Amino acid sequence: MIQLIQQPWHWAIAGTLIGLTVPTLLLVGNKKFGISSTLRHICAICIPGNISFFQYNWKKETWNLFFVAGIAIGGFIATNFLSNPSTIVIAAPTQDSLKALGITNYQSLMPIQIFSMENIFTLKGLIFFVLGGFMVGFGTRYAGGCTSGHAIMGLSSLQWPSLIATCCFMIGGFLSANFLVPVILKLLQ
Amino acid sequence: METSKSNKVRHQDAMCTNDSAKPEASIFSYFIYMLIGVVFGVVFVKAEIISWFRIQEMFRLHSFHMYGVIGTAVLVAMISIFIIKKFSIKTLQNETVYLETKTFSKGQLYGGLIFGIGWAITGACPGPLFAQIGSGFLPVIITLLSAIGGTWLYGYVREKLPH
Repeated sequence: MIQLIQQPWHWAIAGTLIGLTVPTLLLVGNKKFGISSTLRHICAICIPGNISFFQYNWKKETWNLFFVAGIAIGGFIATNFLSNPSTIVIAAPTQDSLKALGITNYQSLMPIQIFSMENIFTLKGLIFFVLGGFMVGFGTRYAGGCTSGHAIMGLSSLQWPSLIATCCFMIGGFLSANFLVPVILKLLQ
Repeated sequence: METSKSNKVRHQDAMCTNDSAKPEASIFSYFIYMLIGVVFGVVFVKAEIISWFRIQEMFRLHSFHMYGVIGTAVLVAMISIFIIKKFSIKTLQNETVYLETKTFSKGQLYGGLIFGIGWAITGACPGPLFAQIGSGFLPVIITLLSAIGGTWLYGYVREKLPH
């Protein structure tokens, strides 16, 4: 049983469980599944300034912060107690092209050649953590949602603006992964 | 009939903190959301959705894995919402399930593209950021702080941006 849990879960199982989060949140308390809004709540709580966008009753959204705290705890539990002892298996063509860019270590879910503490104060860190994170935060808020709010919650409740947003997420991602990320990694090699 | 009417009124009055019909949520009632988050976080890690490698693979069209996850999630959520609406299933508080209608703005285009680019660089959308930190990838704390900074800057320049 524990071995079954340890090996990487099939996409259909993961997709079903993630999909079920939507009705669970709706039925438990009429909550809309969405994660990027927590970033807005954190701004509203910590650094609202004089900005009208951050002047709202964030206390009503406290559940959302508990939800993401739970995600972090879940990540901790899965990685420390249920983790897969073997290396991550990625499609061969992806491995080949990443190898040419100097990414060869598949020990953990994230490439430690990029996501390590030593890289924090380097150009690599500036691009992959600071710039990348900034685009995630700015972009999701500008778009009014992320993969959870638009792609899953929006598409499943048949909202066409969410379809547009999801298509743009994918277009941006295609351009970035196929052209931008390789160029960055090449330059930093 | 009368309950659904009062529910509607309650939603219109969503900013009111002292809701007469239901008591103010205690800190303990929030733990159910934390518990749902824990399950969600475990799934994120176990299906390798938090992996930067999986995101590269997805955008390079080399694997079906991530499309399978997102596609199944949308399908399951869609069927669930259909059932909830069809049979008018009420929440635990006996409220009518209420979904907001999203309106189109140019932000979905520009913001969507910006987020997409960032998604492939960081290997994470906002949800996985939290799971990555929990998993012990501590540099991602910088990514999260920067994402909060990005959100803040959006709020700051919002009125000047095309919507």
